[in-house]
Amino acid sequence: MGILTLKNVTKNFGGLTAVNKVSFTVEEGEILGLIGPNGSGKTTIFNLINHYFPVTSGEIIFKGINITHKQTHEIAMLGIGRTFQVVKPLKRLSVEDNVMAAAFARETTFEGARKVAREVLEFTHLDHVAHMKAGGLPIAGRKRLEIAKALATRPSLLLLDETAAGLNPSELDEAIDIIKAIRSDLGITIIIVEHIMKVIMNISDRIHAIAFGTTITEGSPEEVAKNPTVIEAYLGSDYH
Amino acid sequence: MENKKFFSKGELILILAGLVLPFVFFFSPYVQGLLIFIMMWVVLGTSWNLLAGYTGQVSFGHAAYFGIGAYTAALPFLHFKISPWWGLLTGGIMAVIVGYLLGVIVFRLRGPYFALGTLASAEILRIAFGEEEWLTNGHNGILYITTWVTKYPYYFIIFALAIGSVLSVKLLMRRREGYYFLSIREDEDAAMALGINTKKYKNISMVVSSFWAGVAGAFYFIYMGFIDSDTVFALHNISIITILVGIIGGVGTIWGPAVGAIIMVLLQELFRSAIFGLAPQWVSGMHAFVFGLLVIFVILYLPGGVVGDWELIKKKLHINSKTEKS
Repeated sequence: MGILTLKNVTKNFGGLTAVNKVSFTVEEGEILGLIGPNGSGKTTIFNLINHYFPVTSGEIIFKGINITHKQTHEIAMLGIGRTFQVVKPLKRLSVEDNVMAAAFARETTFEGARKVAREVLEFTHLDHVAHMKAGGLPIAGRKRLEIAKALATRPSLLLLDETAAGLNPSELDEAIDIIKAIRSDLGITIIIVEHIMKVIMNISDRIHAIAFGTTITEGSPEEVAKNPTVIEAYLGSDYH
Repeated sequence: MENKKFFSKGELILILAGLVLPFVFFFSPYVQGLLIFIMMWVVLGTSWNLLAGYTGQVSFGHAAYFGIGAYTAALPFLHFKISPWWGLLTGGIMAVIVGYLLGVIVFRLRGPYFALGTLASAEILRIAFGEEEWLTNGHNGILYITTWVTKYPYYFIIFALAIGSVLSVKLLMRRREGYYFLSIREDEDAAMALGINTKKYKNISMVVSSFWAGVAGAFYFIYMGFIDSDTVFALHNISIITILVGIIGGVGTIWGPAVGAIIMVLLQELFRSAIFGLAPQWVSGMHAFVFGLLVIFVILYLPGGVVGDWELIKKKLHINSKTEKS
């Protein structure tokens, strides 16, 4: 029994089935990659896990608790942190205040929250811009701020939604190092959605591939990369 | 938000100035009356600022809580001859209850819809309190012979309430609640993902905000000795002026509403008296027009208000004085 299990999770938007009977399990301490072409339902799965949308049918179990119908903030307090593909910094607050607001999830005092925030900022290499307004950060900083905010809520499972998109090669290496350290140093389980194959192949233990809301395969990065259905989904049937 | 000493030197000087101000104007009950109104608007503006400026829930109907506070002081007096002074406490509490109940409805809405919902709730109360004559005396209003002729006690009571309201917001804003209010203002969806129960914290903000608005309303009745529903639930004279106090002073700043209150009370008085009788009478009808221009100016050039954009104003003034010298 893993830390998070999805059982036949389905989501309909009107007549459109965005996610169709997707099931997978994430083991504790694992990094699971979630891949699929644009519009295949990756972000929707994240939005279902932390209940931005209610699921149409199926169950989501986190640490033995059925969270299918729990509210977003309750799920965060149970220990699921997430980042957003379209970053959501608290723009008019400083970077440190952004992370402090997150840290108050587990801390009750100003000093306690600030201590946690400073640790997290150092971990995500944001300590040098701590007093900048979050709205003024460049994109790489904003992506890392997303991670910092999620980490400050002290999650045991982290959902990373395209945290490497839009980064240049050196920023990309830094992001990969941070993601690896989140697992090795903090012991946090990770599900990562990513289009950049360099990132996903490099850090995932296992990959779950979907297309049109349906699972097409699951396995090690090497297996998935060679799978003809995955190649077809990404490149079209001409490449068989 | 740095964890400095609770009051800075400047703030202490400001508070001391507030303490001596009525004695400076001992010769003029008229000026003392203006000071009392300034302090009342500090309470009301600070109340609005917590909900709108810090929590991002822009209320267009703060007259609802002000009016409920006023009527909570006035109605027991009208029917049972109970002293309206109790209203300073019960008015706040009743406003909290009404605020919470209205919140259940209006917090389902976001952004402009929330603003319209709050506007509607204040208007509903204004009409209801005007029509239910058996309860409220309708448009004839409720009259009370005020306790003192001298203005000093009123001033110090409302001054203490003003400091109390500012203090309560200042305290809240350096705690978890404050950070959560700001998170909700900046991005409600992101706030939820951080484990913030946005509904609960919006309610907390509403409760504190409506309490102070209710207290201000109760004070208004005690001091003025007369209310009717068109006065205390007024859209233009209460709800809108409350917003102006907040915007001109500085949305989401601790001292913004205080500065806004000074500016707005003096401006209103300037127009009401047609610039102290120096201008022709039609000038006093221009107030709404000038307030409108003022809001446009502030939103375009000082979006942070006088307090929020103080650095900008200082810079501008500094450059001007330099160019004049050279």
